[in-house]
Amino acid sequence: MEKLFPKMQIINENGEWTDETYRSEITEELTKELYTKMLRSRLFDRKGVNLQRQGRIGTYVPFEGQEASQIGSALAMGEGDWMFPTYRDHAATMTFGHSLKTLFLYWKGRQEGCVPPAGKNIFPPAVPIASQLLHATGTAWAEKLKGTDRASIVYFGDGATSEGDFHEGLNFASVFNVPVVFFNQNNGFAISVPIEKQMKSKTIAQKAVAYEMEGIRLDGNDVFAVYFHTRTAVERARKGEGPTLIEALTWRYGAHTTADDPSKYRDQNESAMRREKTDPLLRLERFMKNESMWDEKWAEDLEASLTAEIEEAVKEMEEMPAPHYNDMFDHVFAQNPWPIDSQKEAYAHSRGDR
Amino acid sequence: MTTLVDTKKLTMVQAVTDGMRVMMKEHENVIVLGEDVGQNGGVFRATDGLVAEFGDQRVIDTPLAESGIIGTSIGLAMNGFKPIAEMQFLGFIYPGFNQIMTHASRIRARTLGSFTVPMVIRAPFGAGVRAPEIHSDSVESLFTGMPGMKVVVPSNPYDAKGMLISAIEDPDPVLFLEPMRCYRSTKMDVPDGKYNVPLGKAARLQEGEDVSIFAYGAMIDVVTKAAKTAEEKGIKCDVIDLRTLYPLDKDMIAESVQKTGRAVIVHEAPGTGGLGETILSLINDTSFLHMRAPVERVTGFDTPVPMFALEDHYLPSAERVVQAIEKVTQF
Repeated sequence: MEKLFPKMQIINENGEWTDETYRSEITEELTKELYTKMLRSRLFDRKGVNLQRQGRIGTYVPFEGQEASQIGSALAMGEGDWMFPTYRDHAATMTFGHSLKTLFLYWKGRQEGCVPPAGKNIFPPAVPIASQLLHATGTAWAEKLKGTDRASIVYFGDGATSEGDFHEGLNFASVFNVPVVFFNQNNGFAISVPIEKQMKSKTIAQKAVAYEMEGIRLDGNDVFAVYFHTRTAVERARKGEGPTLIEALTWRYGAHTTADDPSKYRDQNESAMRREKTDPLLRLERFMKNESMWDEKWAEDLEASLTAEIEEAVKEMEEMPAPHYNDMFDHVFAQNPWPIDSQKEAYAHSRGDR
Repeated sequence: MTTLVDTKKLTMVQAVTDGMRVMMKEHENVIVLGEDVGQNGGVFRATDGLVAEFGDQRVIDTPLAESGIIGTSIGLAMNGFKPIAEMQFLGFIYPGFNQIMTHASRIRARTLGSFTVPMVIRAPFGAGVRAPEIHSDSVESLFTGMPGMKVVVPSNPYDAKGMLISAIEDPDPVLFLEPMRCYRSTKMDVPDGKYNVPLGKAARLQEGEDVSIFAYGAMIDVVTKAAKTAEEKGIKCDVIDLRTLYPLDKDMIAESVQKTGRAVIVHEAPGTGGLGETILSLINDTSFLHMRAPVERVTGFDTPVPMFALEDHYLPSAERVVQAIEKVTQF
C-alpha cells in the first residue's frame, strides 16, 4: 500500500529538490510568504501554551510541528470556499482569515472565538471527532447544486478515521460527487493511542479506494508538497471531478492538549529527533539557504514583527470587556421561546439587574 | 364574507406530502433527503410522487446512514438550502443523535448567529401499528430536552400540513414527528395550497370545566374516547392537543388548569423523563394554588417498547385515562 500511495514530496529534509515539477512557481515571494505564515503560527502556538501555563487562557491545543500541513493546504483554498477545522487547526484558520485575537478568544472560553470574519466561511472548531466531514460534504454539495465552483476543505486527524462519520462523509461525497477535500493530518497519535492500534491499514490514503475516490499521501512537513497537491485536489473539485482524500504525514511535538503529558505514552526523544531532522520550518530555512533566499536580518525582523503582532492580539483579547450573559440566552433560536426568556429574566432578577 | 378555499380529503400522510409539495413549488431551495424517499416514495409513501415532480436533485435517495443524512443536511442548511431530512422511523435516529445534539441544535448559539441550521427532520414514531422491534419508539423527550431544537407533533391531517409548512419556514431546526397510528386512520378536508398552523400553539379540541387533559399525537384519539366516556358519567373534559412539545403552549395549559383545577397528562413515552414531568412543573409554576387534586399522568412505562404482542399493554388506553379522570375528580 505504501507503494500504491507513495509519500509525495517536493523538497526533502535537507531542503533539496526531490520533485521539480513546480519549480517555476516556487518563487522567492511564495517561499517567503509560506515561511512567514508558518513562523507566525508557530509563535502563536508557543504563546498559546505559555498563556495557558500562566493561567491567562483555558486548556490549549498545541499544533507545533504541523504548520506545513495546515498552511500549505489552507493557502490552496480560495475566497468563498468553506473551511471546517478541528480544535488543532489554528494555523489553517489564521491562514484562511481568522484573526489571532479571535483564536485566542476561543481558548479564553469566549463564544466570539467561534465567529468567522465577515464573508469568510470558517466553521467553528469541530469538537466531536469526524462529525465535521459531513458538514463539509453538505456545504460543498450545496455549492454544486447552486452551480458555483466553490469547494470545501475539512481537517481531521488519524483517530477520526475510525469514526463512522469519516466513512459516511467520504461515502456521501463520493456518491454525490461533491467538491470537497478531506485533509487528514496523520500525526501518529490520537491523544495517546498510536496509529498501529487505530488501524491495520498501512496508510490512510488507501481508504479512498473503497469510495472510488482520489487518494494521495504526502509529506506533511513539506509545505510545497502540501500546497501544490492540495491545490490540484481543489482544482479537480472545482471542475466537478469529485472529492479527494489527502493524508499528510506529520507530527505534533507537544501534548494532545495542555492537560496531558506526552511522555506518558510516547518517547519524547522521538519528538526531539524530529524537531532536529524533519521540522517544517527548519526544512524551509534550509531550502531558502540552499536557494540563496535566506537573509538573517530579514528573519530577525520577521520574528520581531510577528511577535509584536501576537502580543498585540493577546492585549486585545485581554482587554475585551467580559461577555454579557445575554449572549448565552439570545442566540439559541432566531427568536427566544418563552422558557429561555423567562429563565433569562429570572436570572437577571437574581442578580439584581432588573 | 366567506372565502372559498378548495379542499381535498386527505389522510395525514397525504397531507404531509402535500405540505412538502407546496413548499417545494414555492421555494427552489427546499429539498428532501432520506432513505428510499425517491423512486419508492418513502416507506410510508410520504414523499410519493415528489421525485417525478421535482427531480432527483431535489428529492434525493441517500445512502443508508442517518448521521450522514443529518450531517450533510446541516451543511446544506448552512449554505442556503432548506433540507427536509426523513428518518425512516424515529427509532432509527440514534446514529444521527450526535449530529443533532452537538451541531444542528447549537450552531447558531456557538457562532452567535453567524451560521444557522434551518432544517426539518421528519420522523414517523410511536407504537400501535404492529411494527417490528425498535420501530415503535417514542423518544421525543430526548429532543425536547435538547436546547436549540423545536419539537412538534401533529395529530390530524389539517395540522400536519399547516405545521409542516410552518416548520419549513422556521429559521431553526425543527424535529417534525409523525404518529404512525394517525397516518391513515382518518381523512379530513385539507385546503389546497399554502396555509400555516403556527408552532408553539396548542389546540383546544373540546371545552370542559371539570378536568384538563393534555395529550398529543396518537394519544389524541385515546383521550377523545376517554373524554366521551367521562362525559357520559357527567365529567366535562377540557381536551388540549399540545401539538408543539418545545416550546410548550404555556398560556393555554395554565388557562385550562386554572379553570378546571384538575389535570390528566397522557403520552406513550416512558413516564420518567417524559414530557408529563415538564407539564407538571409548568402547572406547578403557573397554577399551583388553583389545583384541587394532584395531577395524574397516564404514560408508557419505564421499559423498552415491547414487541408488538405486548404493545397494547404498554400503550395508554382510554380505560386507563378514564380511571385517571375519575381519580382526579374524586380526590
